[in-house]
Amino acid sequence: MRILEGEEVTKHFGGLAAVHDVNFEINQGEVVGLIGPNGAGKTTLFNLITGSLRTTAGEIRFKDKKITGLKPHQICRLGIARTFQTVQLFGNISVLDNVFLGSICGTTTPTRTPDAREKAMTFLELVELSAKKSDLAKNLPLAEQKRLEVARALATEAELLLLDEVMAGLTAPELAVATGLIETIRNQGKTILVVEHVMQAIMAICDRIIVLHHGVKIAEGKPREIAKNKKVIEVYLGTDDYAQH
Amino acid sequence: MDTKKAFPKKWLLSLLLILILATLPFYTNPYKIVSITSILMYVCLTVSWVMFCAPTRYMSLATATFFGVGMYTSGILGEILPFPLVVVCGGFISFLIGLLTGIICLRLRGFYFAIFTFGLNELVRNSVVWWEANVSGTVGRWVIILESMTIYYYMLVIVLLTVLVAYFLRRSRFGLILYSIGESEEAAAHIGIDVTRYRIIFFAVSCFFMGLAGAVMATKWAYIDPRIAFNPVLNFTPVLMALFGGVGEIYGPVLGASLLTAISEVLLSRFPYYYMLLYGIIFIVVISFLPDGLVGLTRKWRKETTDAIG
Amino acid sequence: MIKLVLDVIITSLIMGGIYSLIAMGLNLQYGVARVLNISHGEFVMVGAFVTFWAYKLFGINPLLSLAICGPILFVIGLFAYRTLFRYLRKSSQSVDIFEGRSMLASFGMLYIIQNIALLWWGPNVKAYNFLNYPIHFFGLTLEANRLVALLFTLVVVLVFYLFILHSNLGKAIRAASQNEASAQLLGINVHRVLALCFGLGALLAGLAGSIISMMQEITPVMGFPYLIIALIVLVLGGTGNILGSLIGGLILGGVTTVVLYWQPDLTLVVSYAIFALILIIRPQGVLAR
Repeated sequence: MRILEGEEVTKHFGGLAAVHDVNFEINQGEVVGLIGPNGAGKTTLFNLITGSLRTTAGEIRFKDKKITGLKPHQICRLGIARTFQTVQLFGNISVLDNVFLGSICGTTTPTRTPDAREKAMTFLELVELSAKKSDLAKNLPLAEQKRLEVARALATEAELLLLDEVMAGLTAPELAVATGLIETIRNQGKTILVVEHVMQAIMAICDRIIVLHHGVKIAEGKPREIAKNKKVIEVYLGTDDYAQH
Repeated sequence: MDTKKAFPKKWLLSLLLILILATLPFYTNPYKIVSITSILMYVCLTVSWVMFCAPTRYMSLATATFFGVGMYTSGILGEILPFPLVVVCGGFISFLIGLLTGIICLRLRGFYFAIFTFGLNELVRNSVVWWEANVSGTVGRWVIILESMTIYYYMLVIVLLTVLVAYFLRRSRFGLILYSIGESEEAAAHIGIDVTRYRIIFFAVSCFFMGLAGAVMATKWAYIDPRIAFNPVLNFTPVLMALFGGVGEIYGPVLGASLLTAISEVLLSRFPYYYMLLYGIIFIVVISFLPDGLVGLTRKWRKETTDAIG
Repeated sequence: MIKLVLDVIITSLIMGGIYSLIAMGLNLQYGVARVLNISHGEFVMVGAFVTFWAYKLFGINPLLSLAICGPILFVIGLFAYRTLFRYLRKSSQSVDIFEGRSMLASFGMLYIIQNIALLWWGPNVKAYNFLNYPIHFFGLTLEANRLVALLFTLVVVLVFYLFILHSNLGKAIRAASQNEASAQLLGINVHRVLALCFGLGALLAGLAGSIISMMQEITPVMGFPYLIIALIVLVLGGTGNILGSLIGGLILGGVTTVVLYWQPDLTLVVSYAIFALILIIRPQGVLAR
């Protein structure tokens, strides 16, 4: 079942087309990767889906309901949540309260505070942060901050999760934990759209990959197909980031 | 849970303080009552300002506007309605204008929000001046006169109300939401918080209390005009008092406003010619060396003491 | 009729030029050094008074006073930045916090400067007569001092404009205002530029005050309205956009002069209404790129 689709999604900044005529379909339960060199328009597309940016043209539909033009908080309550490229936690608020806020604000059914706190704890346990529930979010190391952001997003009871470079800056063992987390979330029936540069992770966890370049979709398909796609290889060769992958 | 600790010290202290304040007129002279009323006014304005501006990190410089609206409400309705109702109206009209202001400056943040609110005060003041000169033909208004003891009790009740609301707001989920807006508006919006609505509503709530204070204090001067009602200095003093006291705890703005008002009253009576100079120096010293205010100082001392004890 | 139009035009240019100077000064202080200097108007006042006393006590021609005022105010500004604002900058964890604290600190400065002025020079209004005689040309009559004020305002504005556009320091200032980090990478000593900017801002305010004193009465409390005007022009032209402040000042000067001749009580209301409207509709400034 289609959970998210975009039709000729376009975003212009002045004269520059950050995203141009992008069509996409995400099905429920899929883990879809969104890749492309820096500046390809991946985060812009995320921003368009979540409503932080308005489309110049095109339409985005979530569960067959048009969401272009809605505000971020409305889109969140419909069931889409995200993490940010540079972690946007509430630094001076406790770890538990960060997730707690997700529980009370992101859900459409009003929840009593003690119940919401309990629910928040379950999400903390999921990301293995329950021991640090009273710590201030800003005092966590990066990898844990990213997991906290995921927990907060999950707390909003989102069905679709947009993860923006959640693996960036993680060490190898941390990567394994992160990959495992994504698997666990998928097994709970969520749909996940991932922007990543860490290629091994993408290839391993994604059912499908969409490739953007200069704001245009240049390829789409299963990981193995994408890895062999001539256009994709061309686009990535010559940029140092990908030399090793 | 230890039942002795269940009723914490700070509640006992607060109750004691309220008791002292409530019975004050019976053992102090009227002049002191007037001074303390002034302190109460500044406490109310500072706590109102802190209520919204501290968690959300929006610096409103329009306190004088909403205070002034309350004053003018007193001037206009003072002879028509019973006074308690006048006060409530003052608060309510300030609330409405606060709502309107919030709606108008929806998209403004940081610097732009600050100077907009600052300019708003000037706009309102000059508009009222123009109105009075060209439309109504009056200059200022006469306000009904009340005994200083009456004014004192009105302000005491209003301050208590303001502090209680501020205290419980801070501990509620709404307080947490406001704080999250101050931490990261973007993230707050993405977890389902309607930032605009919260901003508008709670800004207006803080204006309500400023209006209450204005409606009561107008009776002290008996005659008000735009210069008095919308005095631009009043835009900055609550900010300074909040800084001085620190915003980490509720007692911060209360302490800051009380101390600073008391200090400036002493300065004004002892050094009438150097008053502004000394006040300005205090301003600068506080901003430079007390970034977290008195609350920050006490927290540091407490921490250092516990560290030393081990 | 023609006299009226000419009057309006000349007053517009004079006021516009003065507003431009004051606004460009504030823009240097806020747009570059990020200090929203609430005491900026007081520097205007000091410039006016220095000129007044130079004339009254030593008989110095007010036009020459421009050369005295400028440096004095420049030094005061530099001193204020080096002592107070640089300290605040170092002890603030972020630029936003610094902006808030420095704005409040400048409010303290306003109090201090005004009090000193009141003590030193008394609260009364002062004025001096300088070139108060009319000049006749082309069948029109204009006061000499206004003409001279106009001339000097335009000269100062032009000189500053050229300085900002073409001199190395001017370019450094514009670089620092647009992107501090990159400016630093380009080898520009940003901290020195910031201090210089603050001093230059004070200088411009002082020069404006000097010119104002030639035409109007002065008092120690005259500064605040000029700060407000500077803020309005700042918003009109866009913060950091020095040239925007130049043009914005002229525009505001024109608009307020017209309103002044039509309904004098409304001048301030119109100014604030413009201010509010711009902030609501286009906060980055009408003239921003």
